[in-house]
Amino acid sequence: MSKTINLTLKVWRQKGPDVKGKLETYQADGISTDMSFLEMIDVINEKLTRDGKDPIAFDHDCREGICGMCGCVVNGRAHGPEKGTTLCQLHMRHFSNGDTVVIEPWRSRAFKVIKDLVVDRSAFDKVIQAGGYVSVNTGGAPDANAIPIPQVIAETAMDAAACIGCGACVASCPNASAMLFVSAKVSQLSLLPQGKPEAAKRALAMVRKMDEMGFGNCTNEAECEAECPKEISISHIARMNREFLKAGLFSSEK
Amino acid sequence: MQLDAKIPGGPIEQKWDKYRFDLKLVNPANKRKFNVIVVGTGLAGGSAAATMAELGYNVKNFCIQDSPRRAHSIAAQGGINAAKNYQNDGDSIYRLFYDTVKGGDFRAREANVYRLAQVSNNIIDQCAAQGVPFAREYGGTLANRSFGGAQVSRTFYARGQTGQQLLLGAYSALSRQIGAGKVEMFERREMLDVVIIDGKARGIVTRNLITGEVEKHAADAVVLATGGYGNVFFLSTNAMASNVTAAFRAYKKGAFFANPCYTQIHPTCIPVHGDYQSKLTLMSESLRNDGRVWVPKKPGDKRAPDQIPESDREYYLENKYPSFGNLVPRDVASRNAKEQCDAGKGVGDTELAVYLDFADAIKRDGRDVIEKKYGNLFQMYNKITADDPYKTPMMIYPAVHYTMGGLWVDYNLMSTVPGLFVLGEANFSDHGANRLGASALMQGLADGYFVAPYTIGGYIAGETLNPVTTDHPAFKESIQAVNEKTEKLLSINGKKTVDDFHKELGKVLWDHCGMARNNNGLDKAKGMIQNIRAEFWKNVTVPGSQGEFNQSLERAGRVADFLEFAEVMVTDARARQESCGGHFNEEFQTDENEALRDDENFCHAAAWEYTGDDKEPNFHKEPLTFEHVKLTQRSYK
Repeated sequence: MSKTINLTLKVWRQKGPDVKGKLETYQADGISTDMSFLEMIDVINEKLTRDGKDPIAFDHDCREGICGMCGCVVNGRAHGPEKGTTLCQLHMRHFSNGDTVVIEPWRSRAFKVIKDLVVDRSAFDKVIQAGGYVSVNTGGAPDANAIPIPQVIAETAMDAAACIGCGACVASCPNASAMLFVSAKVSQLSLLPQGKPEAAKRALAMVRKMDEMGFGNCTNEAECEAECPKEISISHIARMNREFLKAGLFSSEK
Repeated sequence: MQLDAKIPGGPIEQKWDKYRFDLKLVNPANKRKFNVIVVGTGLAGGSAAATMAELGYNVKNFCIQDSPRRAHSIAAQGGINAAKNYQNDGDSIYRLFYDTVKGGDFRAREANVYRLAQVSNNIIDQCAAQGVPFAREYGGTLANRSFGGAQVSRTFYARGQTGQQLLLGAYSALSRQIGAGKVEMFERREMLDVVIIDGKARGIVTRNLITGEVEKHAADAVVLATGGYGNVFFLSTNAMASNVTAAFRAYKKGAFFANPCYTQIHPTCIPVHGDYQSKLTLMSESLRNDGRVWVPKKPGDKRAPDQIPESDREYYLENKYPSFGNLVPRDVASRNAKEQCDAGKGVGDTELAVYLDFADAIKRDGRDVIEKKYGNLFQMYNKITADDPYKTPMMIYPAVHYTMGGLWVDYNLMSTVPGLFVLGEANFSDHGANRLGASALMQGLADGYFVAPYTIGGYIAGETLNPVTTDHPAFKESIQAVNEKTEKLLSINGKKTVDDFHKELGKVLWDHCGMARNNNGLDKAKGMIQNIRAEFWKNVTVPGSQGEFNQSLERAGRVADFLEFAEVMVTDARARQESCGGHFNEEFQTDENEALRDDENFCHAAAWEYTGDDKEPNFHKEPLTFEHVKLTQRSYK
């Protein structure tokens, strides 16, 4: 059953990328436990607006856990305390009356703060542009059933493809590594027959771009897997490492 | 003025082939001399931008999100239709065409729908080649499931996240072209105007949502793929940023808006639970493959669902429509849910819900099988409601989901403004008065991959396009108008927030222009919308300034457009004195409460022309002729 709770929020406020930010305290009273976390911020923002203050900037769009636009660090955890849940799908019933909730943006060298809780994740797009695709032009495809794919392979590829590109893996990694994000795409495409011709080139190019964008290295902390809202497995990182090694040792790609 | 849809002659099966042959071509070496602007990166925009770039054009692509991968197509769950007939159950291009025209309640253009069915098969091939991980059978071939309004199994899917996977496919093709330097990508940009020079669309004006800077871009053709206007209702299943602004500003520049009253109310959404609610969540129609819809037989029966024996339950869809059962089209399923709730049989706290029950399916197939098919949907339901659908039936209620209306386009997908093309949900073309499930993804990708790249080429090759730069005075005028509007919004300093007005508007539309309408309510709604709009421009408060990241300002601009657009919507609904598909005027229904069309007087697309602020729009019509699918009362019994 729905009830209401009172919370103390400590929210990161920062005017712009080159301005110093700090935590501001807000009182969130009468919050329905049926609200989503973002609806709770909506309520605070409506109040701030009525009071003539600047509302908290935060990214969000589909509010169904699939677009990957939302995400903050809540009490030290990316997307908050619930496993396998994006911030928009986190509901206030998981908090208790009187809780203090600290809300911060993703923090990483590669993701600059734009304002408050909004960060620039364009580095992810750049990594995909370096090779996260199959080079097939529109119109040149054979019949979809011409290449059978074993169900288990298709399902494993789908497990990797479920990545929403939110950046929680980077935010939760002590090294701010993007290995889980990059490996999800490398893994998906290297598993499928359609992606095999370019597998070596793809692994080399995407890993190189990832390093260039300023993401850290992987030291097997597995924090990314624990916090990933889509529960992407770090076994994909192992597969990417194999693809990368194979490409370096046995292919003519540079 | 009677609109010319430019439907090519000849037998319907050959129209598209023949037309493609007749279209003028741009020499491969010349394509790089032409610039094309694509606004939007969803299935339609992303696929169009990628394909145009592959062909050699210079493409500029814009999106309001922080990445082209986040467009709202990503939230489509259930699947995508194609006439592959892989199941050998009697499907064909003709049957997909037939089902779509009938499902749309005979208010779509036959030639467009036939072309859509034809290219549907290419889409599946293309996506499989991109590495979209479609669901597969043990033998490795593609799997299918059934969707509403069809008696064949033709829907391809990737778990409950088909839209995501298809969009990431288009995004990967787009990313490849960005990497190759053929597409210049502009993220966090909102289109605020189309620039018309010598009667042709030659550019756009955008606001950089990070810096607030107003920017200008010139091109030889402009493509809008900016989605639907469902958020005019405030509560809908659309993403928060989905809006009508790009389409509406194009309307103000001369593009006619067609059939705005056709909105789709999706039958299976999680019911509303509080006034703080920001949006509604859809539960895929695919659930109706295995879920059974029911309500208690007796009004006011407050027992828990597991305490209600079979004999006291009413499976109203199965009883009323024995041949389609739970898989009737969306408009029919939604209206029936409303009918049951109006009769006092609704369930849950608000009594505005019906059950969608999986107990029989779990008993028949086992929990594993159901989990594999719908696991992520059940999980999403559980997160939002804290109920476990494996144990207790889901509660569902209809919600605004999709808009069949949109900018009017001809067979080339070109609007009434030469050089302005409109794709995907933003146009009005293929779904008539009601869209069948799994057809939105099909249409978005058909338009973007397989239709517009040809027809835009034909336009460019056939027109004399004088060189235009952003120094042209039309850009300056446009920027000035945009800035004036922004300054006005920021200077009002009233007492109510943007959301206050948006919620008021949404309630008026839901009550009077929602699942059921009547003439009296529509007349009343018009005045109410005008009042809300008048108050908005006197009493809204928009914090912050223009030259910064300002989400309140973004929303204010969108709601200002919704407030004007809503009136066009109501005008259209009032003018259509019949019921069809998603437009159900209570005054026009059969004895069995089904939509009653008036083919004699309303077998047309209604296209509205802007004539000035606070002025009635001009009405134009495109008569629809049905040579292949006979105009009949739809029956799903």
